[in-house]
Amino acid sequence: MISLPTKNKWQGALYSAIVVLAAWWLIAGLVQLPIIPSPVAVFKNIMDIFQTRMETHAWYSLARISAGIIISLLVGVPLGFLMGYFERVDRLLSPLVYFTYPVPKLALLPVVMLIFGLGESSKLIMIVLIVIFQIIISARDAVKGIPQEIYRSLQSLGASRFQMLTEIIIPASASEVLTSTRLALGTAISILFFTETFGTEYGMGYFIMDSWMRVNYLDMYAGIVVLSFMGFCLFTVIDLIEKYISSWR
Amino acid sequence: MISIKDLSVTYQGNLGQTLALEKINIDIASGDIYTFIGPSGCGKSTLLYVLSGIVTNYNGIVSINGRGVDPRTQRIGLILQNYGLLPWKNVYQNAMLGRRVKHDHTALDDYSRYILKELGIEDLLQRYPREISGGQQQRVAIARAFIMKPDLLLMDEPFSALDAITREEMQALFLDIWQQHSVTTIFITHSVDEALYLGRKIVVLSDSPGRILEVVDNPCFQLDNLRFRDEYYAMSVRLRNILNKG
Repeated sequence: MISLPTKNKWQGALYSAIVVLAAWWLIAGLVQLPIIPSPVAVFKNIMDIFQTRMETHAWYSLARISAGIIISLLVGVPLGFLMGYFERVDRLLSPLVYFTYPVPKLALLPVVMLIFGLGESSKLIMIVLIVIFQIIISARDAVKGIPQEIYRSLQSLGASRFQMLTEIIIPASASEVLTSTRLALGTAISILFFTETFGTEYGMGYFIMDSWMRVNYLDMYAGIVVLSFMGFCLFTVIDLIEKYISSWR
Repeated sequence: MISIKDLSVTYQGNLGQTLALEKINIDIASGDIYTFIGPSGCGKSTLLYVLSGIVTNYNGIVSINGRGVDPRTQRIGLILQNYGLLPWKNVYQNAMLGRRVKHDHTALDDYSRYILKELGIEDLLQRYPREISGGQQQRVAIARAFIMKPDLLLMDEPFSALDAITREEMQALFLDIWQQHSVTTIFITHSVDEALYLGRKIVVLSDSPGRILEVVDNPCFQLDNLRFRDEYYAMSVRLRNILNKG
């Protein structure tokens, strides 16, 4: 798992950004080809075109990935909780999850598109299919990992099932669920990019591929940088929420 | 009053059914404190789980103040060996958990402030359990039980994980608070010393399956300087004899 102390994290992020940009700048300077423009030119281009031509695309991508993650959490977490808490539900669903988990979800894309068309729903379903399994499994394992003694004091107080959920199950599993969401995010962004290359005229995936087709490498790189930055921001946001809610650890 | 008639508990283990408690009969008057002593694995904890509504599958009749065990309507304070605190709640939230589950107000009122002060944890309210010592965690568990004003207090070897000095401090502190509130209490222990120090009556249980060997009146209860007296020595010999014979 990627985890560093907070202060080191920021230093690490700064350090990585500098190394990557320096390497990029060096290679661009060495090869002097239009397919590798210098980072200075790319960042200048981002400033020029972001508000006029790029912003809408960025919002579309952000909305799709956020919706995908939220839907996955809304469906996956309760499913995982049920599997973790009730042995019977687990026996029923676990084999299904284990059997379908290794299936490459991207290979299902043609099927999803045949059934749900080329629109937004197919894109969302693809993201959800990728993210949800990790969420289900981590939620289930987190609940299974709660020691029986933790429940005892609440049982003796006459707590309802709902109170068990809010007082024990959610706080005990929240940070594991968020960790797995954060780790699934990388794959989710790749899928987002892929699904945005067809059936839409909006989104960073479309923007990057369209720039490529038009041989506008500056725009293409600008798109790649913005999409990467978006991923980094989401990663950081989930990381901060995780830090906040697991301060007791 | 707690009344237990012909209580037997069997549980399903990996190797078939095990009889944990056999024909337990005892009445405990309101406001009294009984210590239960017996060898490890004699079903002492099972008895507490029955009284706290965690184990519901038993034979016999168990009633608290004339009604069957129901933790939703009765106020049962359970204090466990591993403290039973929720690690994601700070000391204040843990101390108020009983009230919170019972939908009482959870603001710091005079009574709860008094209990927290009495237990010496009023300055730790914002800390999380992992940030305080075992003795302090057990103080929080005791505060939680008293703050909810329980009808019945059940304690399952609550001090056995503490070091000897802290343990004696905690026993004295607990007895002090208990005397002020006189909650009906069942205190489970495997220490003869603790049984003598804290029990007005001492129930001696046999090896598995747990049966009551004898209920002993404890003349040592609430004597000053108990541990230096002859009565203490005599009683502890007597208890050890009963335990050894059982």
